[in-house]
Amino acid sequence: MKFYLSRRNTILLVILVIFAIIAVRLFSIQIIQKDFRETAENNALKYVTIYPARGRILDRNGNTIVENKITYDIMVTPRNVPEFDTLAICNIFGLDLDYVREKFASYKANARKIGFGSMPFLKQVGSAQFNAFAEKAFLFPGFDAVARTARVYPVNAGGNLIGYVSEVDRDYIEAHPEYRAGDYAGKTGIERAYEKRLAGEKGYTVYYRDAHGQIKGHYEDGALDKEAVAGSDITTTIDANLQAYGEILMRNKVGSVVAIEPSTGEILTLISSPGIDVSQLAEINKYYKEISENPYNPMFNRTVQSAQPPGSVFKLVNGLIGLQEGVLTRETRYPCNRGYTNGKVHVGCHGHPSPINLPQSIAMSCNAYYCYVLRNIMDNRKYDNIEESFNKWRDYVTSFGFGHKLGSDVPYELGGNVPTVNTYNKLHGKGRWKSLSIISLSIGQGELGCTPLHLANFCATIANRGWFYTPHMIKGDEEHPLDSAYTVKNYPMVDQKYFPLIVEGMNMSVYGDGGTSHVAQVPGVNMCGKTGTAQNPHGDDHSVFICFAPKDNPQIAVAAYIENGGFGATWAAPIASLIVEKYLNGEIADSRKELETRVKNGYLLNKVPVRKRKR
Amino acid sequence: MNRHKNPYRKLDWTLIGCWLALVLFGWINIFSVLHGESSNIFDFHQKYGMHFVWICISLVSAFLIIRVIPANFWQGTAWITYGGVILLLMATLVMGVSSHGSQSWIQIGGFRLQPAEFSKITTSLALATVMSKYGFSLKTLPNIARVAAVLLLPMAIILLENETGSMLVYVGFLVVLFREGMSGWILVIGFLIVLEFILTIITSPYVALVVGLAVFLMIWFFKKDQYLLGVLVTTLTVVALAFLPKLLEIEAVAAVNPLPAETWLAIILSVVALFYIIRIIIRSPRKTFERNAFIVLLCGVLFVLSVQFFYSHVLQDHQRNRIDVFLGLVDDPKGVGYNLHQSMVAIGSGGFAGKGFMNGTQTSLGYVPEQETDFIFCTIGEEWGFLGALFILALYLTIIFRIIILADRAKDSFTRIYGYCVAMCIAVHIVINIGMTIGLMPVIGIPLPFLSYGGSAMLAFTAMLAIFIKLAFEDRKI
Repeated sequence: MKFYLSRRNTILLVILVIFAIIAVRLFSIQIIQKDFRETAENNALKYVTIYPARGRILDRNGNTIVENKITYDIMVTPRNVPEFDTLAICNIFGLDLDYVREKFASYKANARKIGFGSMPFLKQVGSAQFNAFAEKAFLFPGFDAVARTARVYPVNAGGNLIGYVSEVDRDYIEAHPEYRAGDYAGKTGIERAYEKRLAGEKGYTVYYRDAHGQIKGHYEDGALDKEAVAGSDITTTIDANLQAYGEILMRNKVGSVVAIEPSTGEILTLISSPGIDVSQLAEINKYYKEISENPYNPMFNRTVQSAQPPGSVFKLVNGLIGLQEGVLTRETRYPCNRGYTNGKVHVGCHGHPSPINLPQSIAMSCNAYYCYVLRNIMDNRKYDNIEESFNKWRDYVTSFGFGHKLGSDVPYELGGNVPTVNTYNKLHGKGRWKSLSIISLSIGQGELGCTPLHLANFCATIANRGWFYTPHMIKGDEEHPLDSAYTVKNYPMVDQKYFPLIVEGMNMSVYGDGGTSHVAQVPGVNMCGKTGTAQNPHGDDHSVFICFAPKDNPQIAVAAYIENGGFGATWAAPIASLIVEKYLNGEIADSRKELETRVKNGYLLNKVPVRKRKR
Repeated sequence: MNRHKNPYRKLDWTLIGCWLALVLFGWINIFSVLHGESSNIFDFHQKYGMHFVWICISLVSAFLIIRVIPANFWQGTAWITYGGVILLLMATLVMGVSSHGSQSWIQIGGFRLQPAEFSKITTSLALATVMSKYGFSLKTLPNIARVAAVLLLPMAIILLENETGSMLVYVGFLVVLFREGMSGWILVIGFLIVLEFILTIITSPYVALVVGLAVFLMIWFFKKDQYLLGVLVTTLTVVALAFLPKLLEIEAVAAVNPLPAETWLAIILSVVALFYIIRIIIRSPRKTFERNAFIVLLCGVLFVLSVQFFYSHVLQDHQRNRIDVFLGLVDDPKGVGYNLHQSMVAIGSGGFAGKGFMNGTQTSLGYVPEQETDFIFCTIGEEWGFLGALFILALYLTIIFRIIILADRAKDSFTRIYGYCVAMCIAVHIVINIGMTIGLMPVIGIPLPFLSYGGSAMLAFTAMLAIFIKLAFEDRKI
């Protein structure tokens, strides 16, 4: 079949085909391909972030512990930077010429990725330098300053407790997609635990800009803008003065002091020594290397992370269990002849009158007495075998909070350790161990690991005569009521009626004949305390002390754990009692000034073995 | 009864309506691109105000052409106007104002004129005068020489002005010659030249030669009505040649044969499709057909072999760059490709219905270059979307088709030839301009008829159209 088009129609047909090709192409780029719209927005819309002020952190009395000051980040839009006086920039900010060159070399290398975007040039510039820059800003097109806030610490207290804020890195952004490069976030301590409340919400202003990167105005009259919401203030339960005082006492010692208000579970002080000085917090990046290379590891929050044997303090736990189990009464007496001996097993003790009853055993911290107590608990006829009685004992112990995380709001809290049946089955073989094999548990040695927070909480439990609130360091307010975990009383498995006996013993320890805690006597305060001396394979014994005061209606319960400090009465008891005195009396009595000076000047770092740390 | 009293009712109001719609649409789009805060569209210190002045001047000119100047004035003065514009073009060469690397403006009083724009009218008039002579046939050598002279003289000067875009418009006149009896072979050869040129540069001379051979084979067999055999032989040849280098393991040839198999398949299909187009266009006796086909093949071989040389030695740097970017050989959205990239972003971001009048970001924020002149279509694409773009295309298609239909049925050959010239001029401008903004054509500076900012172009296109309307109007009275 042959057909021919007229020349006119040939021409019309060819034109029609070409127009159809154009229409198809338009359809393709305007309707099928979606990425042009995105490119157009990236081209023309500029999001300027408004950073909210971070919430302040207050202590229990309303004193500010952490607040903000304004600093500036100098941003640069590399595309808009013409040739400029590099030296002048260096002079204003006190920079090396190399720093500037390096920065611009990296912008050039990433020019395609940056496009019209702004990059941080210099961070956290103070107002003096900012003013110097602002005066000459016209000389440096493409540079501008963004107001940021930086942390200031009016009280030198609680470096570890507060934690630091720093710029988020790539890993952090991956885990928290709502953050962008350049944002700051709390990395440790309260700053981390309450990041959501403190951080507030970022806002932004949307501008549109022309092809030269010039801002031409508010896009859609601000319809897309978002206001920044300032972070909320946080009131902690910490007493800043007490915290600061405690940190002075703990200077040059390795260990922890934890003070709790027993009636509320509020943490009054939380000292881990050595700690991070607040002056280092603000510029953590500058000091990070120094801090992380410190052999005593100031980053390590010993109060919740260092689980150590509690020593004699633990006798109180065994005493309470014995009472509850009915194998012990106030008047149960046991002899002690410089220790407890049974076959090959010998647990030594110091010289004291014998035989003694329960309160006396606490006051004089008799080791032998608690060997009998533990054996009676373990070999109780009620239970078929040692495993059963051990499990019962373990249930008692964990009901005081030991052996697991208390659930406080202190970040990175660890649970410590209370051995299980399995521990001994593995150690000795199943059925091949008996009460004598675990006799060291009676005096708080062996496989036990308790954090200072555990001990302070236990002390608060005794102060309350049988219950505790989970310790916490943030006060609730109307907007953020306290989590129910902190408002429900916890009752250990020991009946409240047995606690006064323990209190009596602790009181006798401070005031009674032969008491081990006489050093903790504070004028005008009816103190109850218990010393502990925890043996450990790494040098001198750890010095441990828990105390609460006043005896009736206690207001403060303290646990002090001084590593390699020797006897409980040597360092821990003076420190803990000074804390109590400072808190209850406001000042240190003249009669105890000498003790205070000794504590302040005490230097124990050389006694602490420096171990290679695992990260 | 009143109807017959007013003879101007017989004017072609379709063309006038389309013209008015395009001009007004162009004006508000120029305003949309250039407006600032609280600006007035009648502010004559601004380009959009000036554009309105030019619209008025064009309107007055059109009125004069239709109502005052007699129709035969144009044929009578064709040589005078042609000569005048040639002189102006030459004057521009000597004392013109240059901008954007081309020297095409001439300052007359307060106005700057672009004689190249007007040369399209005068060339059309001159061409129509030459070809409408009684007994004119394109088959005699003197006639061919006359036509060539009329076209080549202004082309040469414009080329010297470095105004590549305007020069390309003259290629459109070849279609007019085709309508007037020129062999379709010329158009086919022209098309093949461009095809071979592009293939040589973006692939390799080898690929170009294989494609050329395939076209030849198709024409050869199809002319003998051996359709099936033709497709079979062509396909086999292409496949064989495509895989020959690999089979022989000739490294050097393999290096110039970079296309994957599916591309070769596409080539075969395209060649078959191409055949049908060629067959529609060409009707010559078998003997000349075969002879011409051989000439095409021979010239093709020579052409392909010389393109590489031409490309790397004859073309100027900026021309080579533009070709490279257009052909996708270099990817450089910030450099030479910036215009193309931003232009496609602007149009593409318009979507189906556009961002709305005065709401375009890409064009009004200056991302698209020359946005009020050569890239005005970007604004339309961005603010009015696919719908707006189609509307404009429809208006243009109406104008072109209407002119061709009116021209083709004109009794006077001068009117017919001039009409085809006008239609092709407008069509080439549109295809090159819109094709450029959507990445189908290289970036060539050329205005969009009736829409772009620019007094010379506005006046020239309006006058050109008005003359045709007048001629067609008079022709209907005969």
